[in-house]
Amino acid sequence: MKCDVCENEATVFLTQIINGQMTTVNLCETCSKAKGVTEETGFGLAEAFLSPSHRAESDTMEIVCDACGFTASQLKKIGRMGCPECYAAFRDGLDGLLRNMHKGTRHVGKRPSHTSAVVPQILPRQRATTLKDSPPPAPVAPPAVPPPDLAKLRAELDLAVKEERYEDAARLKSEIENLQPKASK
Amino acid sequence: MMRFATLIKNPADWMKGAGPHSDVVMTSRVRLARNLRGYPFPGFSQERQRIELLERARPVVEELPEMRDGYSEDYTDLSKIRKQVLVERHLVSREHAARSSGCAVVVDRKQSISIMINEEDHFRIQGIRPGLNLTSAFEVVDRVDTELESLLPYAFDPKLGYLTACPTNLGTGMRASVMLHLPALVLTEQINPVIKAIGKIGLAVRGLYGEGTEALGNLFQISNQHTLGEAEPEIIAQIEKVIEGVVRSEVTARAKLKEDHQTMLRDQIGRAFAILRYAHILTSKEALNLLSMLRLGADLDLVGNCDRSLIDMLLLEIQPAHLQLNAARELSPEERDSMRADLTRTRLQSIDGPGSFPTSQSNNGGTTSPTNDE
Repeated sequence: MKCDVCENEATVFLTQIINGQMTTVNLCETCSKAKGVTEETGFGLAEAFLSPSHRAESDTMEIVCDACGFTASQLKKIGRMGCPECYAAFRDGLDGLLRNMHKGTRHVGKRPSHTSAVVPQILPRQRATTLKDSPPPAPVAPPAVPPPDLAKLRAELDLAVKEERYEDAARLKSEIENLQPKASK
Repeated sequence: MMRFATLIKNPADWMKGAGPHSDVVMTSRVRLARNLRGYPFPGFSQERQRIELLERARPVVEELPEMRDGYSEDYTDLSKIRKQVLVERHLVSREHAARSSGCAVVVDRKQSISIMINEEDHFRIQGIRPGLNLTSAFEVVDRVDTELESLLPYAFDPKLGYLTACPTNLGTGMRASVMLHLPALVLTEQINPVIKAIGKIGLAVRGLYGEGTEALGNLFQISNQHTLGEAEPEIIAQIEKVIEGVVRSEVTARAKLKEDHQTMLRDQIGRAFAILRYAHILTSKEALNLLSMLRLGADLDLVGNCDRSLIDMLLLEIQPAHLQLNAARELSPEERDSMRADLTRTRLQSIDGPGSFPTSQSNNGGTTSPTNDE
């Protein structure tokens, strides 16, 4: 099979399913490296960075990370940060990006218990953007009107999965998710 | 420290296919991405910075209680073939194997934990368990991670979680993935809707090598895409629940095949066995697909005296680097195809093979004799 970019033999085959849309890309070794496709989600991410809205936003000025010298255009190009401090340097627009990429913009889950690791790095500097941050909970979906019966939805989901009605399951799943921040967190 | 040869000679428990739902779920893997403060990420660091981090971190990793007396190797000392063998065993990632100076891997004695140093992130801590057991795989990496965090200063932010090179890993830094064998869903052409539905609930589906829908060997990997905004146990519970649904569909499809399409099923399995048992040239793709059918046959008791672990080991051993390691030299693709066939012919000698006669007849004598179709 030929590489989608050049004429070489493709050795990297990438299949991504985003919101049920499947895309397949075949690349040769060289092109896959050039595109940064070695990590599973890297490709979609690179596209996200290259989307017109992001481009317009950051073309106006070049932001550079003080700690490592990584630039906003490098970030756009490879879709990765240069160092941990980059998250502070490139915080503008980060929330929007993360919202597209994840379930939320705020970490839930394990935290290092050892104190040396928990020095806040991003938050103090992010005070500059308090406006964006002001409603801290439920960053993804605004809390819905009085929650319908969550337990009932869960039961329906179970049933849907059991009966292999995956389309229904997906719909119920997202309904439940939309309720989650209010109901269980 | 353990030597490479010892590592390879002793297959891990997860390679032998014995765990919850092992007929459908090959392995469960969980990996955590972790980084240290004060160092650029490996993709943007200079070689001397990577070496500095490696020299600082590797002794700490090697001394973790879980990792002691394990296998630890600097990539500058590791041949291309050996690295590739580790990739084929899922102990290191393809991307990591492509790197060299400043990189190392540490594997525990049981080969259920591997820690890659200077992958895309400073650390990739991976746990593997046989069958559907993400919770147990997570417990292992969680413990190792907690130990490591008390010894090295992690890059962590209260709002964003563990800071990773790629924002797609931000938050928990956790990717939980399950390798599934779904021959019946493929044969009954139900696989596409299943994949589509899984994609809709935010999980990623890939083939063994990330190829298209009809994956090689009917092997599919399912993993979470989101790492920020959900706690680890929630992510794992969600995937396990989805996987349990997929497992039920596969099992139902297998039962249906056995009941409604017995002749077709026996034909496929019989052909697979015959080729694997007697061929002299086998490409990787062909071998994977045939072994998949044989595995299905074994799981449905249609192949006499065939242990699943034999097939699962073959699935590893027929891969290019394993063949070359076995031959102790580099092999051309043609040589590999021939040695691959040698290997399957030899290994399948001990198997009786699929019965040649309808179940009603009790002919146990010449199970390998050909059927007379015409």
